[in-house]
Amino acid sequence: MMEWNVDTNEKEMGMATAVSNNKLLEVTDLGVTFKTDEGLVRAVDGISFTAHKGKTLGIVGESGSGKSVTAQSIMRLLPNSAMIDEDSSIAFYRDSGPIEITSLDNRSQKMRELRGGDIAMIFQEPMSSFSPVYTIGNQIMEAILQHRNVSKQEAREIAIDMLDKVGIANPAVRVDQYPFELSGGMRQRAMIAVALSTRPSLLIADEPTTALDVTIQAQILELMRGLKDEFDMSIIFITHDLGVIAQVAQEIVVMYLGKAMERGTAKDVLGNPQHPYTVSLLGAIPKLGTLGGRLTPVGGDIPSPLQRPSGCPFHTRCKQKIEGVCDVDPPGITRVSDTHTVYCYLYE
Amino acid sequence: MSDQKLIEVENLKVYFPIHGKGLFRREIGAVKAVDGLSFYINKGETLGLVGESGSGKTTVGRALLRALDPTEGQVTFYLDDGQTVDVTALKGKDLRNFRRYMQLIFQDPRSSLNPRMTVRDIIAEPLVANKLEKGKAVDEKVRETAALCKLNLEHLRRFPHAFSGGQRQRVGIARALVSNPKFIVCDESVSALDVSIQAEILNLLMELQEELGVTYLFIAHDLSVVAHISDRVAVMYVGQLVELAATEELFFSPKHPYTEALLSAIPEVDPDLAMKPVILRGEIPNPANPPPGCRFHTRCPYAEDICKTDQPVWQEIEPEHFVACHFADTLQLKGVVADTAAENGRNT
Repeated sequence: MMEWNVDTNEKEMGMATAVSNNKLLEVTDLGVTFKTDEGLVRAVDGISFTAHKGKTLGIVGESGSGKSVTAQSIMRLLPNSAMIDEDSSIAFYRDSGPIEITSLDNRSQKMRELRGGDIAMIFQEPMSSFSPVYTIGNQIMEAILQHRNVSKQEAREIAIDMLDKVGIANPAVRVDQYPFELSGGMRQRAMIAVALSTRPSLLIADEPTTALDVTIQAQILELMRGLKDEFDMSIIFITHDLGVIAQVAQEIVVMYLGKAMERGTAKDVLGNPQHPYTVSLLGAIPKLGTLGGRLTPVGGDIPSPLQRPSGCPFHTRCKQKIEGVCDVDPPGITRVSDTHTVYCYLYE
Repeated sequence: MSDQKLIEVENLKVYFPIHGKGLFRREIGAVKAVDGLSFYINKGETLGLVGESGSGKTTVGRALLRALDPTEGQVTFYLDDGQTVDVTALKGKDLRNFRRYMQLIFQDPRSSLNPRMTVRDIIAEPLVANKLEKGKAVDEKVRETAALCKLNLEHLRRFPHAFSGGQRQRVGIARALVSNPKFIVCDESVSALDVSIQAEILNLLMELQEELGVTYLFIAHDLSVVAHISDRVAVMYVGQLVELAATEELFFSPKHPYTEALLSAIPEVDPDLAMKPVILRGEIPNPANPPPGCRFHTRCPYAEDICKTDQPVWQEIEPEHFVACHFADTLQLKGVVADTAAENGRNT
C-alpha cells in the first residue's frame, strides 16, 4: 500500500533491531491510569513482557488484574479517560524496522494500519463484537479492503476462503448471512476469520473461549493452534483460566492488580510456581485427577482498584507476608532462572 | 450422606410452546427443553448436573422447584416424617407453604440481590414471606444464618453494593438457607466468581452441607468444579440424560461417548499433559427440532445406523450407573486419568 516513513522513533530504536531478531512485541514498564469520578485508578502498574515470533504468550489474571487494559494499550483502543505513562514503551518489530506504539497518535494513519493490519484482535463476546446489521462477509471484507490492496470481488473471495479456513461449512452461503444466524462457536470462528483476513503477524485474543462450552472451546483452541502455524503468527492469549493457558501458551505472565507477579515458560510458572499468588491460585482450582478433599482458597478479597495496597499488591492476602517489608515498598524483580522471574521479597 | 431418597423424578418433561405469527398465534411446535428425565437425589448428597448451554440443565432445576410448571411427569419429595409430597400436584397455598423446603442460589450475585434492600432484609425475606418467624426471632435467625455463612454481622445493615462478589454470593447463600430448606438448587452458583473466590464458596457449600445436611442439585458447566463438589453426576444433552453415575465412576470410566468427549475437552493445568480432545463435529442441535434416534448421533464418533433411528433406552448397566447408549456395553471409552502421584502423596 504505502511505504513506511522512518520517523524519529524508529531512528532512535534502530540499534535494537539487530538483537531483536525473534522479538515481535516488547512491552517495557507499561503503566496505565484511568481518571474516574472517584479518583485515579491505576489499572496497569509497570509491566514488561516480550512476545516472540511464532510463539504464544499467555497473560493470566483475575478480574481487575489489568490484562484487558494491557491488550487495549497495545491496540491503542483505550478510552479517553486512560493515560499511558510517559516512560512506557510498546515496541512492535516489523520486518522494515521497529515502531514505538506509545508515541503514535491513536487516530494516525500508521496506527490505523497497525491496528487490525499487523496486529489483530479477537474478543470474548462474538455477538457484541459483530455489527448485527451487516452480513458476516461484509464485515470480513471491510477489514480486507481497509488493509489490503484488492478489489471488492477479490476481497469477497478472500472472505469466503477465510471462512473455509476457520472451519465453517458452506462458506459461500454463510458469507451472506447475518451474525444472528450463526451459533456461538461459529461466530467466534467468523471473528477469527475477520482477524486473520489481513494476515496479521500478531493476534491478540482476549478471553476468546470464555463464553463457549468446553467442547466448542476445544474446537476453537485446536483451530487457533493450527492457524498460528499456517499463518506463521504470534498470539497473545489473555484468559483467567489456568487450564486453557496451560494448553496454549509457551510463555506465561501472571498478573495481579496491574503487576506482573511471575513470568516464565509454561513449565516454569505452572510446574514450578514461585510467587505465593501463583501457588495459591493453583491450589484454589479443583483438579480432575484427584477428586474430593478441600480446596485451599486464596483468602481475602481482591482489593478495590481505588485503594491499591502499598508495597506488593498481594500482601493483603499473602500467607507468607513479611511484616514491615511487603506492605511498605514494592519488591524488585528476581530471576529464578534464565527464563523465569518473580516479583516477590521471598526470593531477594 | 444416606441412601434414603429425598427427591424422585419420573419422566419429567418441560416443553415451551412456539407460537405462529397469525392472528390467533396458534401453537406450531414446542421447544423440548426437558424431554423425559427420570432420576433421584438422595438425602444429604450433591448431585451434579452438567451439559452444554441449551441442554436444559437450568430448566430441570426450575421445574424441580416449581418455578416452572412441568408439562408432564412427577416430582416426589420424601420428607423426614415419612410423608411424601407430589410437588407437581401442589397448588396455591399448599405450594406456597412448601416452597420453604426448596431454595435456589443464583449465578450472578450482582443481579440477584435487590440493591434497595439491606443485607439483613434480603436474608430475612424468606422468613417474612413465608411467615415463619416474627419480631425478634427474625433477627436472631438472620444473625445465626449470616454467621454460618461467615458474613460479618456488623455489615448486615449495609446494602449489597458495598460488598465484593464473593461476599454477595454469601448473602445469596444465607438467604437460601434461612428457611431451613431440605433441598437447594445451585444454578451456576460459582461460575461468575474469580478462581480465588470460587474455592471459598465451594468450601462453604460443602461445610454447610456437613453441618445442616442439606441436599444440593449443583448445576454447572465447569466439569472440574462439578467433579469436586458432587457425590454423583448427571450428564444432559439436548433435554435428555445420557449418563448418571457416582463421580469417580463417571469421570474415570465413562460409558457414554458424549461424556467421553466432554471430559476430553477439559483443559488440564499441566503443560506436559497435552489436551487430546475428542473433537465433536458441529454444535448442539436445536431442542425445538431434535434429531431422531439418539440425539447425539449427529456428533458421535461411534454412531452407527441404529443410532439414527432408535432412541436408546435409559438403563442401569452397572449398579448405580445409568446410561442411554446402544453400545454402552461394548465401547471402550477413555475417562480422566487419575493422578496417582497426588493420590499417593495424600496417603503417605
